[in-house]
Amino acid sequence: MIQNLVDGVLVGSILSLGAIGLTMAMHMLRFANFSHAELLSIGAYAALVFDGLFGAIHPALAKAILPLSLTWSLSLALLLSMALTGLSAVVIDKLVFKRVRAKGGELSMVFASFGVAMIIRNFLGLIFGLNPKLYSQDIVFAIVVSRDPFLLIKPDQVFTLVAALLIMFILHLVLSRTTFGHSLRAVAENPTLAQVSGINLSRMIVLIWLIGGGLAAAAGVFYGLTNQISPVLGRDLVLPIFAATIVGGIGSIYGAVLGGFLVGLASNLALVILPSGYSPAVPFLIILAVLILRPHGLFGEERT
Amino acid sequence: MIGVISYLVFFATVASILSIAVMGLNLQWGNTGLFNGGVVAFFGVGAYGTLILGGTPQAGQLGGFGLPYLLALFGGMVCAGIVAWIVGLLTIRLRHDYLAIATFGVAVAFETVMRNTDALGGAQGIRGFERPLRETLGNGFTYNLAFFAFVLILLIATYLFLERLIQSPFGRLLRAIREDEAAAQSLGKSPSRVRLTSFVAGSVIMGLAGGLYATFYAFISPQDVLPILTFQIWAMLIVGGAGNNKGAVMGTFLIWAAWTASGWALSRFAPLEVQLYTGSIQFVLIGFVIVGMLLWRPQGLFPEKLVVSQSARPNK
Repeated sequence: MIQNLVDGVLVGSILSLGAIGLTMAMHMLRFANFSHAELLSIGAYAALVFDGLFGAIHPALAKAILPLSLTWSLSLALLLSMALTGLSAVVIDKLVFKRVRAKGGELSMVFASFGVAMIIRNFLGLIFGLNPKLYSQDIVFAIVVSRDPFLLIKPDQVFTLVAALLIMFILHLVLSRTTFGHSLRAVAENPTLAQVSGINLSRMIVLIWLIGGGLAAAAGVFYGLTNQISPVLGRDLVLPIFAATIVGGIGSIYGAVLGGFLVGLASNLALVILPSGYSPAVPFLIILAVLILRPHGLFGEERT
Repeated sequence: MIGVISYLVFFATVASILSIAVMGLNLQWGNTGLFNGGVVAFFGVGAYGTLILGGTPQAGQLGGFGLPYLLALFGGMVCAGIVAWIVGLLTIRLRHDYLAIATFGVAVAFETVMRNTDALGGAQGIRGFERPLRETLGNGFTYNLAFFAFVLILLIATYLFLERLIQSPFGRLLRAIREDEAAAQSLGKSPSRVRLTSFVAGSVIMGLAGGLYATFYAFISPQDVLPILTFQIWAMLIVGGAGNNKGAVMGTFLIWAAWTASGWALSRFAPLEVQLYTGSIQFVLIGFVIVGMLLWRPQGLFPEKLVVSQSARPNK
């Protein structure tokens, strides 16, 4: 039980990172972006490539930062991967979403995002193979924190949680203290009025993709660090991340953070009563529960 | 020669079954503007429903009620309708993306439950279904031909039903709501009720297609209800042209032909190590078809003919 709680918080921090970008894009561009979770895969694989590169350039970089399995090169790769994934999100928007947006229908955007997800997911499978990969072949043993109740934690999981919280805190500072943060909220509240006051909407959209992509990459790397990297990473996480945005209320960044933790906790606690095979269905049950009890989520506003 | 003909019959049967599902989606998306991200769930409920209701009893499995075939098929459709009604009731009043996410979730949940619940076949799927009239028609070519005729009749019936529906006042109401919800509401119509009706009707038609599919193979398993089927059905509708039933059928035959041909070509000509990735290559291709159509020809190959008023049509 306590193990499920702890695991839930760790998974939750990854879902939160993914959900922040998704909720921003959904709010701003008004479409359910089914390709967002593929950005996590892009990030995870990009970091894998950069990690290998850095390790080859300087062997000292490939040393693990004990007690983690995380290496110096992977930490650098994480930063590069965040930048690259953010850029890819911008490029995907330029190539596909922007053009479909210009043609009209919000629902065409949803279709397009499914198509984009298919392309990215299977391209990654073609390039990197269908078998799961790991950042480090070293086996890092979980530390027994307590025997009764039994609780196992891997050092990497602690690092993931701390790093995720740190990234979210930085984002919070950016949103609440900078001009960019204020502009973002202005655009979210009322895009037309924001434009009248001199905010460049298309620049804001680029920034949102950059941030969303960067956070997604971090989530992908953390997922790869605590689980494994595979081309179906996006497919497995798309529903939990959507559930997190719906729990938090679409458009609410703080809601997405809380939603991620709640979905992570609920999914792991569900394993106490359900066989693990059923766990992919849990996010759907959460979505249903939210739609029945509080359709606009915890922090969402009513809008049609 | 007989081999080619029997393959063509096989191909046309599957394509016709899928056409029925695509027309169901067309009612939801093309005529009403509802996004269904989980076509495969309603297709699958129809398939499982038909086999469970019409099959022979199997050890440790639910069902084997052995109902007469047509009753079982109808039962499968009713099950699909009930699932659609529940999902629709919860989501149709909300922003459109909720419906997209919820229907996508239904499909994931459905596949998960089917895969893990042994009473519903589990990963092995459901067997033990006697195809109707098998004793009279045997198991070979005659049977397949007769079944194709049966599917074709249902395809035509669905087509005529939907065409009538679209021409009817209800069809005009659907388009009115799709084009301008506020205007329709101001005329005293209830958009959410009409949408729900259309969503359930479309899902029932998908359930019919699922039931026929399961009958054809006399077997259904979680492998048949993977998300890729949803994408294929969409690609068929988008290529054919949303809003147009003729286009939906043509798009289905076109995409299904391209799909089977590319699969065949890859398995025949590609080197062995590439064959492992056949699925990935085909998925990338279908992704490109969806995105490409939306970018360059969003109205599809056979676009919907928009008429201002049915009575204003010259040839009517």
